[in-house]
Amino acid sequence: MIDFLNAIVALSNFVIVPAIAYGSQLALGALGVTLIYGILRFSNFAHGDTMAAGAMFTIFVTWWMQSVGINLGPLPTALLALPFGILGCMLLVLFTDRFVYRFYREQKAKPVILVIVSMGVMFIMNGLVRFAIGPGEQRFSDGERFIINAREFKEMTGLREGLAIKTSQGITVITAIIVVVLLFWFLNRTRTGKSMRAYSDNEDLALLSGINPERVVMYTWLIVAALATTAGVLYGLDKSFKAFTYFQLLLPIFASAIVGGLGSPIGAIAGGFVIAFSEITITYAWKKVLVYLMPDALEPSGLVQLLSTDYKFAVSFVILLIVLLFKPTGLFSGKAV
Amino acid sequence: MIYPLKNIGLFAIMAGLLFYTGMTESWNTALGLINMCLISAIMALGVNLQWGYAGLFNVGVMGFVALGGLAAVLISHAPVTEAWSAGGVGVIVALLTGVATIVLATTIMRRKPHSRTRTLALLAVLVGGFFLFRALFDPSVLAIEKVNPAATGFLGGLGLPILVSWPVGGLLAAGAAWVIGKTALGLRSDYLAIATLGIAEIVIAILKNEDWLTRGVKNVAGLQRPVPYEVDLQADPAFVERASGLGLDVIEASTLFVKLNYSVLFAVVLIVLLVMFQLALKSPWGRMLRAIRDNEVAAEAMGKDVTARHLQVFILGSAICGLAGAMMTTLDGQLIPGTYQPLRFTFLVWVMVIVGGSGNNIGAVLGGFLIWYLWIQVEPLGHWLMGIVTSGMADGNALKAHLLESAAHMRLLTMGLVLLLVLRFSPRGLIPEK
Repeated sequence: MIDFLNAIVALSNFVIVPAIAYGSQLALGALGVTLIYGILRFSNFAHGDTMAAGAMFTIFVTWWMQSVGINLGPLPTALLALPFGILGCMLLVLFTDRFVYRFYREQKAKPVILVIVSMGVMFIMNGLVRFAIGPGEQRFSDGERFIINAREFKEMTGLREGLAIKTSQGITVITAIIVVVLLFWFLNRTRTGKSMRAYSDNEDLALLSGINPERVVMYTWLIVAALATTAGVLYGLDKSFKAFTYFQLLLPIFASAIVGGLGSPIGAIAGGFVIAFSEITITYAWKKVLVYLMPDALEPSGLVQLLSTDYKFAVSFVILLIVLLFKPTGLFSGKAV
Repeated sequence: MIYPLKNIGLFAIMAGLLFYTGMTESWNTALGLINMCLISAIMALGVNLQWGYAGLFNVGVMGFVALGGLAAVLISHAPVTEAWSAGGVGVIVALLTGVATIVLATTIMRRKPHSRTRTLALLAVLVGGFFLFRALFDPSVLAIEKVNPAATGFLGGLGLPILVSWPVGGLLAAGAAWVIGKTALGLRSDYLAIATLGIAEIVIAILKNEDWLTRGVKNVAGLQRPVPYEVDLQADPAFVERASGLGLDVIEASTLFVKLNYSVLFAVVLIVLLVMFQLALKSPWGRMLRAIRDNEVAAEAMGKDVTARHLQVFILGSAICGLAGAMMTTLDGQLIPGTYQPLRFTFLVWVMVIVGGSGNNIGAVLGGFLIWYLWIQVEPLGHWLMGIVTSGMADGNALKAHLLESAAHMRLLTMGLVLLLVLRFSPRGLIPEK
């Protein structure tokens, strides 16, 4: 019985808790991608770098706050700086929309042209972020590191395995829930949100009923900026901020959005968790958990790791391929075929 | 007749730029630039075949280029006999088991009707196959990596001439392209983009982690060359005599001669490909491709097999990228998996195609030259610019130090700006499709 409890704690510590946090970050990222896809109808390759840019603005404000001594006590100061980061990111995306994307929208350019344009935006944003903050790792987290740390947990329960929950993980989940609730309230209850959904469902019909497309597009960018910055900051708090890692998040984020069904917000959230859980369960070395569960005679000799962690991209990719092969519209039937 | 004149003018400007570099910096730099320009032009031709002819959006160029580099190692490196005897057979048996598992699984999928038993059988085959694969694979890999890890620790290659690896690189890339194309072609264009993005990352992950195959991040250096070595040339009295006859320093003459040899090799490949591509573009096949690109529905109604043609072009274009990758590794003489970066190998090639003129082979070649030249030359330009901007600031100023340090990142910014400006104001590129 104790062995069983130990196994469960080990499993939560190494798989469930990290996967929930990572899944929330992916879900927030995928929500941004899926909103742009639904309203502006293209896959935004610059999304990873939008996240990096938003996180960068937040980091600058955080550093400034830390230098003048503003803080949130046990919580990271970055939470206080987040609204300013979001504001900066909003200005940035509205600027790119006005000077880059709008031209192609008016021309009714093919989606693939917009994808290439977003590639150019990606270059510029990536260059700007590296230019402003440098390509190295930047630290900006402060406050308490753990909600529960492994030693306290062991003392509290008397189990052999410890369970550690980092503050960043707790904050990630809580923030993600708040953001998602707000987003769904906005999309389902407010007039603007409804007009966005109408525009996404059927552009012509929405235009006929007097919805102003430029307004819808503007609100979409504002929401995307908020989502991207939040996702970027949470990821940066949880792992670390490096300009290049955000570009690499593009693949798992796209995989989440497609697995859930491009254009479907619920799908994006589900997809984020599917990708996060599969990535972590497949690259986790199961030996520790199995030692507790199996009788001594059957104890595994190796690490029982299905794939090395370096192949986590391969996991998102294989899931993506399976979904594309069997259900190209995704789990929640997005609109793309 | 105005178009050819403009084209000749553009190429003349390009030649002038390279000549200027030769005069002001050194001919070694200029020839080095030309060699990479030639390789970039070949990559751009490959992407242009996919995008310009058929409208396929491939953002996995890096992966195909890296597969070409892998081919260079696998073909030309001398075999490590000790490692082969330690685990060579085991690895091959394991890989065959893996392939057999996948083949078996797809046969079950195809042959049996949809049912719960089929799903269960499929799962059993896949899971069982995976564990069998790992059981066979892991010990052999460990044995191979134990063989003199500081110098080898991998299987090595076949020890064939490195020129053989060029077509083989193309074949490897074609194989990967077939897998991707079979899955993602026929769906939305964005899906192909994301699938190719994924395969590129996976190829790089394999190169970095499978030490038994590529030595991973320990790199493979000292690949053989298709051209003479500088030291041999310097020891050759006939060469020394000829160099002094031309009034050149022997060491400089030998490096120039080696680079020139590479340039000739690469130029031959480029010209052959260009001629083939131009002929293909004018052939009924090329017309059919453009018809499909411009209106898929109409082309399908005329009885053209759109998906099959797309697959064909996708494989061909990726093979060209693989070929270019093998050529690049040959030029470098080493395979360094850590240097494969998507911004440098995928997106830069895209900038080349778009700037040069999508759908026009001559344009792609010009784009390859021009953008590679800019990519290399923007950095000194950025330092110079930052030097001017910061010249008024006091030494030791934090902002000045930061600006000078960041000049290196000007490249990405410039490339993005060039891409956006061309797309906006001249979307058909410098040399548009006729």
